[in-house]
Amino acid sequence: MALEVNIEKQAGTFRLQAAFSCEKEFLGILGASGCGKSMTLKCIAGIERPDRGRIVLDGRVLFDSEKKIDLPPQERRVGYLFQNYALFPGMTVRQNILCGLHAEKEKKKREQRADEMLELLQIRDLASLRPGALSGGQAQRTALGRILVNEPDLLMLDEPFSALDTHLRLKLQMELKSLLSGYGKGIIMVTHDRDEAFRMCDRLGVMEDGRILAVKGTKELFADPETRTAAVITGCKNIAKARKTGEREVFVPEWNVRLTTETPVRDGLAAVGIRAHHFSPDEAENRFPVTILREMEEPFEWVSEFRYDGQEASAPAVWWRYAKEIRPPAFPEALGVKPSNILLLYQT
Amino acid sequence: MTDLFPLWNSLRIAAISSVIVFFAGIFAAYRAARLPRTLKGVLDVILTLPLVLPPTVCGYFLLLLFGTRRPLGSFLMQLGIKLVMNWPGGVAAAVVVAFPLMYRTARGAFESFDENLAWSGQTLGLSNTWIFWHVRMRACRQGILAGTVLAFARALGEYGATSMLIGYTPGRTATVSTTVYQLWRTNDEQGAFFWVMVNLAISAVVLLAVNLLETRERQGKKNGA
Repeated sequence: MALEVNIEKQAGTFRLQAAFSCEKEFLGILGASGCGKSMTLKCIAGIERPDRGRIVLDGRVLFDSEKKIDLPPQERRVGYLFQNYALFPGMTVRQNILCGLHAEKEKKKREQRADEMLELLQIRDLASLRPGALSGGQAQRTALGRILVNEPDLLMLDEPFSALDTHLRLKLQMELKSLLSGYGKGIIMVTHDRDEAFRMCDRLGVMEDGRILAVKGTKELFADPETRTAAVITGCKNIAKARKTGEREVFVPEWNVRLTTETPVRDGLAAVGIRAHHFSPDEAENRFPVTILREMEEPFEWVSEFRYDGQEASAPAVWWRYAKEIRPPAFPEALGVKPSNILLLYQT
Repeated sequence: MTDLFPLWNSLRIAAISSVIVFFAGIFAAYRAARLPRTLKGVLDVILTLPLVLPPTVCGYFLLLLFGTRRPLGSFLMQLGIKLVMNWPGGVAAAVVVAFPLMYRTARGAFESFDENLAWSGQTLGLSNTWIFWHVRMRACRQGILAGTVLAFARALGEYGATSMLIGYTPGRTATVSTTVYQLWRTNDEQGAFFWVMVNLAISAVVLLAVNLLETRERQGKKNGA
């Protein structure tokens, strides 16, 4: 067991109640801004103090409100990569990395390890530059190098790519992923970007209003988000209230359709979700007549808004997104959905 | 040959009071920046008052405090420290008058400091003291430098509180500004003119130094400070 967190904190009207654990893995916390992701990380790092609870890392108690244990951040051995990288101004890249090596008493060893890190991150040419002269990617690597030489027991990444240009993100995500593969310690990344979370993380927890909903494997979460919040944050565009009408059948009043599902429907069903990619004109199951409202062309896809013919007037339109290659000559009169693609969303 | 004592006296008073104001101002600003809002507001008013009060009013309060027959004044006298009618009193007057300038500029700098920098230092295991001097002060150095220079210039030009507390004794308590007034009052127009020019020269040098530092700072920023 690498990290175990169970904390509560009240901040104004906001209430944080985070309970989860993290093994030697890449764990993602996915949530909208203001949901408490960063506050959770700050509590683990010792920057913020929870009102109640317990944080244990590799058997070391970092925080325990009952035993009145509250280690200062300096003694927690938790690496924190800030969203803006927080490089020290007025110090060069090399000096910044040396800051992470202050515990090493021998100067020679310090210098040597800084050089090794510069080499590993391929930023040796930047060693004498100051933070202001670095690009976003270079600053990120410097900040990461400063943390890695410090050899923390846990690495936390706070929206590590949000300060970067979109076209750089994918490249840096790949680089970071391969750099940290085989890192051998727990890594927690918080993000609001589902693509980023999907690419980087082994397991994912969805956070809403200060609470972490069930944590599960990244692919499983996207395949079966189980809650409305998780469905929305993983990018599901079409969600409507539904009720169970049979063992594998639900009725959706807003769309006025009866859908067949692959998995048996449990009690407590709140809604169903259908991802915009999952409609097909050739699918025979869950096929219902539709009317197009409008459509918009994107570089490689089309996005359409349509309504089921029996749809409630007040219900929002349904989104369909498909590759350009399969664009039919006329908008199909009916669209179907595979039963396995009906997401069953339950009350939390 | 003009007696240059007033210049020497002004410079030592300004230098010593700047050092005191530097540390006191930074300490107060650092503490105030993290206080709850209402308390900060009250403290702010008290600490900034000397900036808006007439210096003579400050001098009046200083006399109340340090007068040889007052408790604090007589206590200090027993320790051999005499502030009234003695040049160290000039330091006390300059500290009180120059303090708000340092406090306010430093507080502004501290408030715009990116707290992530301090936190990242803490998670790296760096001590809070090291972070304060190497990261916080480094990031805020422009504001702090500006505050220090302003405080030094204000201390150097201090007249009202100084003349009330230490008066004017040639060769003992005379400063540049009290000398200008005294010479003018005694119809020594030439003497007054000389000290006016000295004053102008010092002020010009101080302002020039500030401008130079600012330019260098800007160039440093361009080169990625």
